[in-house]
Amino acid sequence: MSPEVIAAVAVGLPLVSAFAILALGKWPNVRDAVGIGTAGVLFTLVLRLVGPIKDGLRPEYPILEVLPGVSLGLKVEPLGLLFALVASFLWIVTALYAVGYMRGHHEKNQTRFFAFFAIAISAAMGVAFSANLFTLFAFYEMITLCTFPLVTHHGTPEAKKAGRVYLGILLTTSIGFQLLAIIWTWQLAGTLDFREGGILAGTASNGVLSVLLILFVFGAGKAAVMPFHRWLPAAMVAPTPVSALLHAVAVVKVGVFTILKVSVYVFGLDLLGTLASATWLAWVAATTIILGSLVAFTKDNLKARLAYSTISQLSYIVLGALLANEWGIIGGGMHIAMHAFGKITLFFAAGAVLVAAHEKDISRMGGLGRTMPITFGAFFIGSLSIIGLPPAGGAWSKWFLGMGTLEAGQIGLLVVLMVSSLLSLVYLLEVPVRAFFSAPPEDAHRGEGIHEAPRLMLIAMTVTALATLGLFLNPGPFYELMRLVVN
Amino acid sequence: MNVLGLVNYWAFIFLMMVGFYILISQGNLIKKIVGLSVFQTSVFILYISMGKIRGGTAPILMEGDPVYSNPLPHVLILTAIVVGVATTALGLSLVVRIHEAYGTVEEDEIHDLDVAEAE
Amino acid sequence: MTVHLPVLQVVIPLLAAPLCALVRHGRIAWGIALATSWASFWIAVQLLRRVQAEGPISYALGGWAAPIGIEYRIDLVNAFVLIIVTAIGAVVIPYALKSVEQEIDAAKIPLFYAAFILCLTGLLGITVTGDVFNVFVFLEVSSLSAYALIGLGQDRRALTAAYQYLILGSIGATFIVIGIGMMYVMTGTLNMMDLSVLLAELGPNRTIAVAFGFLTVGISLKLALFPLHSWLPNAYTYAPSAVTAFIASTATKVAVYMLLRFFFTVFGWAFSFDVMQLDLVLLPLALIAIFSMSLVAIFQTNVKRMLAYSSVAQIGYIILGISMASVTGLTAGILHLFNHAMIKGALFMVLGCVMYRVGSVEIEAMRGLAKKMPWTMAAFVAGGFSLIGLPFTVGFISKWYLILGALERDGWQWWLVVGLVLTTSLMAVVYIWRVVEAAYFQDAPDEVGEPIREAPLAMLIPTWTLILANFYFGIDATFTSEVAGSAARALMGIAP
Repeated sequence: MSPEVIAAVAVGLPLVSAFAILALGKWPNVRDAVGIGTAGVLFTLVLRLVGPIKDGLRPEYPILEVLPGVSLGLKVEPLGLLFALVASFLWIVTALYAVGYMRGHHEKNQTRFFAFFAIAISAAMGVAFSANLFTLFAFYEMITLCTFPLVTHHGTPEAKKAGRVYLGILLTTSIGFQLLAIIWTWQLAGTLDFREGGILAGTASNGVLSVLLILFVFGAGKAAVMPFHRWLPAAMVAPTPVSALLHAVAVVKVGVFTILKVSVYVFGLDLLGTLASATWLAWVAATTIILGSLVAFTKDNLKARLAYSTISQLSYIVLGALLANEWGIIGGGMHIAMHAFGKITLFFAAGAVLVAAHEKDISRMGGLGRTMPITFGAFFIGSLSIIGLPPAGGAWSKWFLGMGTLEAGQIGLLVVLMVSSLLSLVYLLEVPVRAFFSAPPEDAHRGEGIHEAPRLMLIAMTVTALATLGLFLNPGPFYELMRLVVN
Repeated sequence: MNVLGLVNYWAFIFLMMVGFYILISQGNLIKKIVGLSVFQTSVFILYISMGKIRGGTAPILMEGDPVYSNPLPHVLILTAIVVGVATTALGLSLVVRIHEAYGTVEEDEIHDLDVAEAE
Repeated sequence: MTVHLPVLQVVIPLLAAPLCALVRHGRIAWGIALATSWASFWIAVQLLRRVQAEGPISYALGGWAAPIGIEYRIDLVNAFVLIIVTAIGAVVIPYALKSVEQEIDAAKIPLFYAAFILCLTGLLGITVTGDVFNVFVFLEVSSLSAYALIGLGQDRRALTAAYQYLILGSIGATFIVIGIGMMYVMTGTLNMMDLSVLLAELGPNRTIAVAFGFLTVGISLKLALFPLHSWLPNAYTYAPSAVTAFIASTATKVAVYMLLRFFFTVFGWAFSFDVMQLDLVLLPLALIAIFSMSLVAIFQTNVKRMLAYSSVAQIGYIILGISMASVTGLTAGILHLFNHAMIKGALFMVLGCVMYRVGSVEIEAMRGLAKKMPWTMAAFVAGGFSLIGLPFTVGFISKWYLILGALERDGWQWWLVVGLVLTTSLMAVVYIWRVVEAAYFQDAPDEVGEPIREAPLAMLIPTWTLILANFYFGIDATFTSEVAGSAARALMGIAP
């Protein structure tokens, strides 16, 4: 297959598998095998794109013209490829995990769940390989809508309420700001294509472009920059695999990926550096980083704490994009990958605790380390990556981000990064420390010996934890892709 | 032209306003239809007046070279009269059906009945 | 034969209508109506293709050349509107079979189809004709049959709704005749093309200004422009389901077409917007309509009424586009004419399915319906997406052009317009989502009698046809946007 076709198949395949999953609903084993198999095929396909991209090819696959001059099309470039690699690899792992979780937890409507899951991945691939802003926006909205049934999977009143917040914020920001920004860009530049060096330079005054940047950054509501972050904690009512893949990888990363892509290919770094609002927004992101960490402290519910940690970490990437220099972009792009691997491990562990020990609150996790050593071991490694400590991959991306702040001459922002890392050190490591060293709560009934989650979940967790370590030893592939972006 | 010369047009405006006023002010459905008829009739006068030419005669081919009135507005108004009759007929038949369903043709009473039913 | 297509467009349904009334058997009448509506659609497609290939078609009725005789004149604008009207007719009539058999007495069904086809005739007549008095005649044909159709609703309030519509509709029509009369008295012609030339020669003039005023009010009543919309919510709510689906997506659209025809072709847009400054009237009214009616829609408990108020808001979008008086704005208006017809047609057809099985379209009654009528409710969600204006739906295309049109204009007030369009899109999310939540998240009320099943295929297929059209023309909008763009340039007198 030529690279163009691979890109198209990468978007289409999960969509087709969604229908297959719906059709196979009566045979759960076949259905789940199809799901996992598709994930594997998808990853190998995306992997085959790496070679051509490194050789300098930028395969394009135009799909159709929607309006005169506005078309739906795919184009593979390094940044999108990086995101696609991360999302498609983690889909395999999550597919394994989800099968274990959904069965172990006896969830209802599993067929619907897996079908929408596959659609979400298809849309994430579409965002990753989008050739222009319209395509990106269309797939962005598709993700919002097809994850809604996942978030509200339980159908309870709380789920309904959370669903309202979820949809309300995501649609308000995307329709209210992003769509406006896109149409405005079209009006100014006469094109929506992503081009190296950007398309907006010289089309309007810096004041106008500054406003446009603000619209783009807040319009990517999925990036959860405060004050549009409320949807993310609300979405935690979803089953854990959803929180894991969608709210650590696909959905939130689509948000920050949008900001990165817009910064690099719509504004261009040269232009971005001259905009007053870029600095201003960088400080908004810095505020989000600190506030997110502080709020995470106050949360006793493990998933809620992870959610606020995600909010904080996402703004690292936003910050990286807005620094408008090479190191910032490289750091931001790599943090997409590093944070994804680290955070998904944490969510996997949280889900495992829920399935095996039925505990949600951190204060009740004392002593669990002894019955679930693998789970909390994985949690520990994941935490290291999020904090940015060796020997986990997160150390690299934080290093590059720090270099970015120095190059931009923003010592204040560097301090913010440091402080936030210290905060995350405390709020994340509290969990494994408590699990390994504290006594169990008095009313807890814990059996003797090891009592881990179902095997599929353990495998998934171990794979991502090991990958986190591996990325420290060899961050090369992702680094090279990001170098291609900035050169 | 003086005011008297435009008497047809004054009649048109007067009738139009009378009809319109009845339509707005009356709560009785039948009276509203009456108002509507007056309102529509006023337009007939407008059209016929503008077709009239001083000293003009009916447009029938005759010896000599007589002045004809413009026949076209008359033809148009023939159509409009048919439309008006149809409207009145349909309106009145609706009133009959309303009377069967509600037992009244007073707008406010119908409104009260609807409100009562909603509660 | 093909030479006579313009007149056949009107004559075929005109002859079919009495035939329906004569046969006295519901299914046969339906068959005639079906054949007629499909034939009309076929003719409309042929006409559009001919106009696209050869330019405007002029047809002299009875061989009497204009301006003496009546001219049927078809250019891109009305060819496009013909497609809208006939397409909706061709989809609604197959759908009507089941719905009408349940909602209307068997004895009245042939008459129902007669009135339905007559209404179609009137709407098509308004659209094809190039003679202003002819417009009035066809307007009354379509309106009178529409009053009768609405009065056939099951609820007794349908009668008062029809009556109210009759009174206001007749006032509107009479205003239009007065305006036409004044134009005739000044120019001595009724032919649109002739009028446009003569009016331009005449220059600004008080009688013409008054005629302009009467026409504006009359047409605004017909198209339910805020604040002249009071007839619409009741009429849509209590009419039989099939009638609501048809009228909601065609009658107001044809009225908008009249507005375009009179203000752009007959008066000329320079006169309408520069001299009479129509935009100063239309723009604020459109904005108020968009905002206030979306707000009112949020608080409705009857879904049909909710969508009716939403229709008034959507008409506001169309008028907003027109009042921008730019090519992009006008394109947006004409596009939304087409797009809104498909959105609302589809949504009202969904409600017809609900009515057929549940017997009510109150939100309360729709609780938990998604489990029992999955296809129907999925159609509602899909149609709702289009109403909101999400990508890949026609609603998105309309929003795109509307916002683009507003961005092209300078001045702070246009930013308010942009903000308002975006805000009201989000308000649409709220009212659509109220129904979605009820259907998907709430438990069904206790059932009495027969369990509720999925709607019959005879209704689902037409409904989904329109829903898929919503997506098709949302994904590949090049055809509609090019036609609308050329139509807009033609109306503004700019060479394509």
